[in-house]
Order: sequence, then structure tokens, then C-alpha cells
Amino acid sequence: MRSSRMAAVAGAAAAALALVLSACGSDSGTSGGGTSTSSGNSIADKAKNDKTLNIGVKPDQPGLGLQNSSGQYSGFDVDVARYIANKLGATKINFVPTLSANREAFLQQGKVNMVIATYSITEERQKVVSFAGPYYIAHQDILVRAGDSSIKQADDLKGKKVCSGQGSASGDRIEEQYGSAVNLIRLPGYGDCVNQLLGGQVQAVTTDNTILAGFAAQSQNQGKLKVVGTFFSNEIYGIGLKKGDTKGVTAVDNALRAMFKDGSWKSALTKDLPQVPAETPPTIGKFDIPFEQ
Amino acid sequence: MRSNGHTILLAFWTTVKVSALSAAGSLVFGTILAAMRVAPLPVLRTVGTLYVNILRNTPLTLIILFCGLGLGSIITVAEVQTTNYFWLAVFGLVAYTSAFVCEVLRSGVNTVPLGQAEAARSIGLSFIQTLRIVVLPQAFRAVIAPLGSVLIALIKNTTIAAAIGVPEAFYTMRNQLQSHGDSVIPIFVGYALFFIVLTLPTGLLFGWLAKRWTVTW
Repeated sequence: MRSSRMAAVAGAAAAALALVLSACGSDSGTSGGGTSTSSGNSIADKAKNDKTLNIGVKPDQPGLGLQNSSGQYSGFDVDVARYIANKLGATKINFVPTLSANREAFLQQGKVNMVIATYSITEERQKVVSFAGPYYIAHQDILVRAGDSSIKQADDLKGKKVCSGQGSASGDRIEEQYGSAVNLIRLPGYGDCVNQLLGGQVQAVTTDNTILAGFAAQSQNQGKLKVVGTFFSNEIYGIGLKKGDTKGVTAVDNALRAMFKDGSWKSALTKDLPQVPAETPPTIGKFDIPFEQ
Repeated sequence: MRSNGHTILLAFWTTVKVSALSAAGSLVFGTILAAMRVAPLPVLRTVGTLYVNILRNTPLTLIILFCGLGLGSIITVAEVQTTNYFWLAVFGLVAYTSAFVCEVLRSGVNTVPLGQAEAARSIGLSFIQTLRIVVLPQAFRAVIAPLGSVLIALIKNTTIAAAIGVPEAFYTMRNQLQSHGDSVIPIFVGYALFFIVLTLPTGLLFGWLAKRWTVTW
């Protein structure tokens, strides 16, 4: 009896060790990402036939995707979602609250047909998800208290207390670029970070300027926060669709072009995110936009 | 990108550190609380009872958030933020777990025959001496198995520290889920296995100790 127990412990230890070793080196291979959707599965067909779409949006990002206490969604991502769904022929939209870590999983499981949730297009994600758009180019930026002028660019973060989000590319970028030179803490949500900033425990919050602007625009934060406006990356927001849905990508791209053209894109932007510069709409299909100062 | 394996190992090590430090602190403070609850002084008994009832019945998530974001706004333990929240998390875990250690130990104290405490008193031992020399050693031996359960719960509870930014296993798992959203199941299984590797030997150890120290009448 004793030896089989020892064997069980040894087996568990070996399995854990194997996991760690397999994680060293190359990223874990994508599993089953290659199946392309047959014509019946495209989001374009679903919108036309079922007239209903399930769309994943963020529930906790003011100005982009925010769910209020009565369950209503608002924000720029939400407005884009409504416009596209409308153009595709759907009359009913079910918004599904989606956190950053769920976006690929929800698409792969079919829980949502489309994801518009501050979803940056990266090469890694393109292996498992098909992107339409982009519909906005955000930039990593810094949020500080209104009277603080000591932080004007990314290098000024050195030696300061900074907050970012767990699992965010912005936080990863700071860690990789500055390491321990920046006193960084990563909390689960940006709401927590903003509270830390307002309370004085940190001097800056860093993530996409859209997210920062959304918090700065909230009524309770009026006049207290300032988006520095020093862009140090390009975050290319795309619309996530199930991998292989080329028909859907085309349909959504066309809807986006219409939105850029008839002015609704710009008016949604100025309504939801007044702090961000109302830039010209991005070039559809251009996913690789290297950052220039 | 930095080596995944290195980050994971660092996270696992942080979990082990938080667990070990919290376990040590809870054992010490839990014993003190148990002593307070059986003390002859009513004040001590009241304070001990109040503490245990409040801490045992408050969700650990609230306690950790309070320590990190509430206490953290008033006191700063270390300059580096991750270290600061590391210690605040340990503090919160100790505050919570010692209530459970206290209750477990108290039931152990109750298994020690009253005659022993009376005999100790009659040979002139003080309260503290009675506890230290006669009662507590026997109490510990009697409840070593439930103490093991409390320790296992503590190891798993360390994941809550991620809510205040401590870079332990769950925090790292969340980061990995973000960048590898296609391998959700293997990631979950891997981290669950890690915790089993921590808790299973602990349970076995305490079970073995319990058998070894079985109180026979």
C-alpha cells in the first residue's frame, strides 16, 4: 500500500515537471486551429438566417464596453458591434460579457459569433482567430493624476510606482522593456489600478489610451485624471471571428467601410471617448503597422 | 518573450514562499489565540473569541482585498510593490488561517484529560507552563490530522493573493491564458497538478504523523 502511494506522488511530480519543461522554449502548439468553417457556419449566414448574433464585448471598460446595473451595454466597441450587426442583417444582438482571457476560447467554442473587446491583433492570435478590421488604432499610453507633470513619456516611469493589468500586453511590454527599473504592480482590473492612482499608492497607470480615456471620462473622475498622450506602441483593435470564416471577414470589412464612410465611426468615437484624438479611420486589412515615434 | 518556463518556476516558488510563511505565522498566532481562548483571564477569552468569530466568518477574498487595497493605502511594508503586496497577502492569510488553527487546537486541548491540568496546577505550574509542558504537546499530537487539512486549505488559498498582484501561480496562469487562449485545458490541468504536487505530500505527511502519534488510552 505504501509503495503505490509513493508511486502516485512520484507520478504527479513527474507530470508537473513535464508540464514545466514543455512550457520552456517554444509556445504550446495550436490545437485544431486549422479547420475552416464551411459555408453554413459563417457569421454572415448566421446574421441573415437567424437574425440574431452573439457578440462578445467587455463589461468593465468605461467608454469601450461597459455594462451598467440594469444590464445595458454602452461604449465604442458596443456601438461598432451594433452597426456591424445591423449591416449584416441581424435584428437581435446578445451581448456576452467577455474578459481578455476568454476571447479565443469563446470564439472557438462558438459561444460568440464575433468579438469586439479591445482585441489587439497579434501574430499569435491570428493563428487561432480570424480578424476583420482593424476598426481602431490605439496606443499604449500613461494615465496620471491631473496635477502631476513629472511623467511625460515612457522613460519617466523608471523608479516610479506604476500599475497595469494582469494578462495585458501593456504590462508585458513594461516588464520586458524596463524590468525592475519600473516599480510595477499588476492587478486584475484597470478599475483597481485607477483606484490606486486616485488614492496615491501609484503614480501612473499604463495601458491602451482608449481604456485610460474611458476612465478619465467617467463622471466621478472628472478633472482628476489626465491621459499623458505619449504613445509608445500601436494596439491594432480588430474584430475577432471564428478561424477560417473568410466570408465573414469580407462581410464585416464591408460593414466597417460603410461605417467609416457615413460618419458614424467618427461620431461614435467622439461620443464615447472624447479624450482620444479623433484620428482618421484605419486602413482595413492592414494588420502590420510598425510603430514609429 | 522571456522564457515561459522561468516565469512559471518563479511563480511556483512564490506560491511555496507564501504558503510556508503563512503556515509558520498561522501556527504561531493560532497557538497564541488558542491559549487566549482557554486562559483564566476573561478579557483574553473574550478577545480571542471575538477575533476567531470575525475572522472565521469573513470571506478570505474580502480579507486579502482589505489587506492589499485598504491597509496597503495606509502602510507600506516595502518599496518594491510586488514585495509590499506579498507581505500584505501573507499578513492577511495568517490573520485568516490562525483562526482555524486556533479552533482545531482548542478541540485538541479538550481531549487532554482535565486531571492533567489539575495535576499540573497542584505541583505549582503556572498557566503558561501548564500549556507549554503538559497540555499543548498532547493537544498537537491529538489534532495533527485536522491541522494538515488546514494547511492544505492554506496552500490552495494562496491563489487569492493574485487579486492584489502577488505574482504567484494563479496570477501567472491568468497571464498565460491571455496569451495562449487556445490551450486553456492543458494550462488548467498543469496548474492543478502543481497544486496537487504541493498538497498531496503534505496530506500524506500529516497522515503519517497522525498515525505515529495516535493517542492511545
